Amino acid sequence: MLLALQEVSKSYPTGEGVLQVLRGVSMALDAGESLALTGESGSGKSTLLHLAGGLDRPDSGAIRFEEKDIARLGDKELAAFRRVSVGLVFQQFNLIPSLDVRANLAFQARLGDRYDAAWTGRLTERLGLASLLDRYPEQLSGGQQQRVAIGRALAGRPRLILADEPTGNLDEATGDAVLDLMLALMRETGAALLMVTHSTRLASRLGRRLHLAAGKLS
Amino acid sequence: MLAQGFAVLLSHWWRHKLQFAMLLSGLALATALWSAVQAINEEARASYARAAAVVGQDRLEQLVRADGARFPQSGYIALRKAGWLVSPVIEGEKRFGAERLRILGVDPVTLPSEAAQVNVGAAGIGLQRFITPPGVFIVSPETAKRLEGMDTPPLRISDALPPGTALTDIGIAQTLLDAPGQVSRLLIVPRQPPHARPLAAVAPDLVRRAPAVESDLSRLTGSFHLNLTAFGFLAFAVGLFIVHSAIGLAFEQRLPAIRTLRAVGLPLNALIALMVAELLVLSTAAGLAGVALGYGVASLLLPDVAASLRGLYGAEVPGALSIRPSVWGLGLAIAVAGTLASAASRLWRIASMPLLAPARPRAWSLASESALRLQAVGGLLLLVVAWLAAQLGTGLVAGFAALGAMLLGAALILPLTLSLLLDLGGRLSRGVVAQWFWADTRQQLPGLSLALMALLLALSANAGVGTMVQSFRETFVGWLDQRLAPELYVTTRSLEESQKVRDWLSRRSDAVLPIWNAELRTSGQPVQVYGVADHATYRDHWPMLESVPDAWNRVAKGEGVLANEQLMRRQKLKLGDVIPLEGSASLPLVGVFSDYGNPKGQVILGVDALVKLFPDASRLRYAVRIAPDRAPQLAGDLRAAFGLAPENVVNQAAVKAFSLKVFERTFAVTAALNVLTLGVAGLAIFASLLTLSGMRLAQLAPVWATGLTLRKLALLEILRSAALASFTMLAAVPVGLGLAWMLLAVINVEAFGWLLPMHLFPLDWLRLFILAVASAVLAALLPALWLTHRSPADLVKVFANER
Amino acid sequence: MNVRAIFLMLLMMAAPALAQGFAGLGGDAQGFAAPERGVALSFPQDHGAHPDYRIEWWYLTANLKGADGKDYGAQWTLFRSALAPEEKPGWQSPQLWMGHAAITTAERHHSAERVARGGVGQAGVTLSPFSATIDDWSMTSRAAPPADELSALAITAAGEDFSYALTLDSHGPLVRQGEEGYSVKSAQGQASYYYSQPFYAVTGTIAAGGRDIAVTGQAWFDHEWSSQPLAKDQTGWDWFSFHFASGAKLMGFRLRDAGEGFTSATWINAGGTPEPQLPGALKVSPLAWAEVKGHRVPVRWKVSLPAKGIEVTTAPVNEDAWMATQVAYWEGPVRIEGTHPGVGYVEMTGY
Repeated sequence: MLLALQEVSKSYPTGEGVLQVLRGVSMALDAGESLALTGESGSGKSTLLHLAGGLDRPDSGAIRFEEKDIARLGDKELAAFRRVSVGLVFQQFNLIPSLDVRANLAFQARLGDRYDAAWTGRLTERLGLASLLDRYPEQLSGGQQQRVAIGRALAGRPRLILADEPTGNLDEATGDAVLDLMLALMRETGAALLMVTHSTRLASRLGRRLHLAAGKLS
Repeated sequence: MLAQGFAVLLSHWWRHKLQFAMLLSGLALATALWSAVQAINEEARASYARAAAVVGQDRLEQLVRADGARFPQSGYIALRKAGWLVSPVIEGEKRFGAERLRILGVDPVTLPSEAAQVNVGAAGIGLQRFITPPGVFIVSPETAKRLEGMDTPPLRISDALPPGTALTDIGIAQTLLDAPGQVSRLLIVPRQPPHARPLAAVAPDLVRRAPAVESDLSRLTGSFHLNLTAFGFLAFAVGLFIVHSAIGLAFEQRLPAIRTLRAVGLPLNALIALMVAELLVLSTAAGLAGVALGYGVASLLLPDVAASLRGLYGAEVPGALSIRPSVWGLGLAIAVAGTLASAASRLWRIASMPLLAPARPRAWSLASESALRLQAVGGLLLLVVAWLAAQLGTGLVAGFAALGAMLLGAALILPLTLSLLLDLGGRLSRGVVAQWFWADTRQQLPGLSLALMALLLALSANAGVGTMVQSFRETFVGWLDQRLAPELYVTTRSLEESQKVRDWLSRRSDAVLPIWNAELRTSGQPVQVYGVADHATYRDHWPMLESVPDAWNRVAKGEGVLANEQLMRRQKLKLGDVIPLEGSASLPLVGVFSDYGNPKGQVILGVDALVKLFPDASRLRYAVRIAPDRAPQLAGDLRAAFGLAPENVVNQAAVKAFSLKVFERTFAVTAALNVLTLGVAGLAIFASLLTLSGMRLAQLAPVWATGLTLRKLALLEILRSAALASFTMLAAVPVGLGLAWMLLAVINVEAFGWLLPMHLFPLDWLRLFILAVASAVLAALLPALWLTHRSPADLVKVFANER
Repeated sequence: MNVRAIFLMLLMMAAPALAQGFAGLGGDAQGFAAPERGVALSFPQDHGAHPDYRIEWWYLTANLKGADGKDYGAQWTLFRSALAPEEKPGWQSPQLWMGHAAITTAERHHSAERVARGGVGQAGVTLSPFSATIDDWSMTSRAAPPADELSALAITAAGEDFSYALTLDSHGPLVRQGEEGYSVKSAQGQASYYYSQPFYAVTGTIAAGGRDIAVTGQAWFDHEWSSQPLAKDQTGWDWFSFHFASGAKLMGFRLRDAGEGFTSATWINAGGTPEPQLPGALKVSPLAWAEVKGHRVPVRWKVSLPAKGIEVTTAPVNEDAWMATQVAYWEGPVRIEGTHPGVGYVEMTGY
């Protein structure tokens, strides 16, 4: 068991009062498994992903990563957890705008002291980024940016990859190609994948699928 | 539709209240400093004009002796009897307690109407009271306050008189000035009978002098006011940097809204008109606030300025401010014009922008390196202009032009310099966070460059002016020590007393050195003439800049004169040049001495030569040499023996303290303006960081997500601001030195007539450095605090619009 | 001559007295001497200044005929006004002096004014020989002792656009006005010391309008001093001095007030004997008015003294004889027609 959520609830204060986003969600993810999380807009699937990635903390419940409850970690430990154990791929603004592709690719791995030049070189090659290493994010297309984001997420060989609509900003063909590449690379590293998507077509390509509605799994 | 468009535009400010506040306060501050300086200058100018207009000197021709000395009033009667319509005036100075008063004695009966600012016949004065002892002093309200309780004739108040001047009857004035039967000049009534006998036949020793279009005072003080004006300009320029950057950001942030407005059918012209209207409203509001603030600043500064002007030039300026619509109107106008100028390029871009241009909210922050290069080339060109102006130009205006070009040029070069420095920092650092830090700092540069340029201007001005003032102070203090070698200075009240005091002192001290003086007018400007004794005090201590080998011997023998540096520079004298003195007498220049703080030219003769050439010279003052520990006792004895007032016997320390006080007050204003300018620059950084902080989130979120805590990011944000300020300070040091050099070697020489050596004060720079970094840290503190209090939800929102 | 110019004098001199107002003058004399009935005038001393009296003047008007046959007038006046009844040296002197001079031609009236403080030598009156001066203007005795100092005079004055130099020789005695020189000025008893020399023959040159003109004619001199000459309600006056062709002279004035006014006159026969007339004996009335420099003034008068069978009318040489001085008034030469033809001077103030 790599990741286990137990009775996790999360709410946000909004202008119209407290919005209950997650209502006692429990789920588990094994190492190397790939899981699609689907649901309507506002169903809480992104929030769940953020909690799993240590970007935020639940109001109640436990989130165990390799048996350790990350919901109880402080800011520093949580940041260390993100550095070492998680790779993130988001819909947009994935990359650090002031760093070029080379630095973006290596950033998280070096931050977590897990940089492996040979592996990063291979990743670069597999992702077709060799010719783009000196460019800055603004100079890349959406598909290129997502490939850099995938490379950055995988460079430190984390156990868990979290992806939030990674192809949401891309056209279908590009999106498919990017997803294929990501799945292939993950198999190579043995990382588990938790991906949020509203597309059943994409969800069907992953090993398992959970549907979230009104803050509960169904 | 227009109203709705306007509402959309204005709604931006509603959502960015702090940005709005920054824009308004930046503009208000800039306007305030500018208006304050203008108000002070205008107050002073009005005062000089009043001084010049007193007894019509600015409108009436006058008859004076060529040497400016007084002459017997029988000359006046002779002219009247020859048919000349003239009116006598006697002028002189007299002390009442600590107040030095310029006394103007007039004959109210013959005074031409052009010269009669005060109706002597008015109720409350009356001709009889005016001319009958003790007479009446007509003075400004302020002078009346200062003279309260002093032993003066009864005071009457008139706003028409400048401060420090008392108008009284000529007979009363002659008695007070101890000059019975003497007059200083005659005012010529504009319409003269044609039958009057020729002037040469009646009064051959008098010459006609044209109305003083520009008074001595406004000429003397011109440089001082130009100085203030330059500071006002600098402050305004720094303020405009804030405005420019705030407006730029606001325009960029509103591009989507503007695009939408146009897309839904608002015509471009209407849109531009709306934006101009918005700017007009904003700048008028800020300008009004600034003008009001400026009035406050001016009121606070004016007493110091007045004290400076009095100490430096003997120019009397009231300590209270009057409200001048012209000054404040100009302040408002310049606020509006400055704002429109700052916004012009943005408006132009909106006007020429295609309707469906892609939204690039960060475009401005990614201004290409080539733009920085272009800007730097412009800056270099300005530096060349500055150098040329300093080398080839003459006069104060050229000096200030060189200064301005240098400062602006340096400011324009700054962003590229910083960019290169930050690049270097990135290359030299190993850690991944450090590399990101440098890269990210460099990326913030375009957004911060205007604020940093403002900071550079403020820091350079501080460093430069500070160096100038400190150099001046060091030189001045050393010079005072030399110049004020005698232990006591005595001023007697009459010629008879003078002789007695001299005898008395000569038996009780090591030496009694006469300081007798007269006045000379050469090329229409007054020159002080001093006679000194042949004594080691002078040979050993007098601060000579250059001299022939046996200068003091030749002065003692009456074969040569010394001139002060001001006179030497003003009249372009060289050693050996012959200086015309009284009548046909003239003597060669054998030495030049430094004479800081004296607005007038001065020559020094042997005391015998003085008495011979100027029989009317004042012979009332002495310097006394005595063992320092015996000086207080002697001073006390002297006062007791002759009933001399404390101010008539002054010890060296008191004179030094007084001189230093004058010095300090002179630069108090400069210091105040300096601090204010730095404050404005600090505000500029704060404003920029604040505005940037909203856009920073998208740049910081990925860094945070991949494993840095917000606390660490916030710390890095503060560090970034401090680093930029430090680098800017590093750049400011050479610019400040250049500024100091120009102030000392160009401006001071033009303005005051003396060249000062430059001293370096690294400790002051360190203080300034700390101040700069502190203000940068302070400016970054609030945005950084906000960052640490961001909830994760805000940050992840960057990555997706959904939960 | 009577109270004329007192008004001017006091207005011009911005003395504390002014603050009390024109009407206040009758009240207190502030230590000034007051004329007393029965005190005989004594010459030459009384030709000089009387600093213990508040006001004093030496006043000369001349009716002249040019070599060109035209009528001209000349005026020379020195006023003294004291701020205090004393004399002190130098600028402390409380004595103030003012000179008025004028030339009237048919085309233009030229006038000028001079002011001075006493004590410094700019203006004053000295005796032995008599000399009244202010600036470059002077009225100086040419008489050889033991003749009266005023029996022969030389006067000069110059303004911006005129000048004159006249020599005067008297052919009659000094005339004491009123009661042996004690001249009553109102029904309430205000009075002054007052004597005249109306018998001058004049020759000389005037320069005006860019021409020098040789002139001859006759002149009238008044010297008068007092301290409280006017009654409170008197607002102005009309004053007349006539040289009749017969050689007789007439001095008369009317002080205007809210009611009938106060008139007074002295008939002087050709031999120089004065015959003071009773108050009210003289009748004057305007015949024609004109607008002069913004003031409506009578320019032609009917003057009658039934007791002497006099009924004449006056016609000015120039209607515009306005004195453009600090306090302005009308003063000019006139021709006289009627029972007693001749020439004369008219002064009008308070219009």
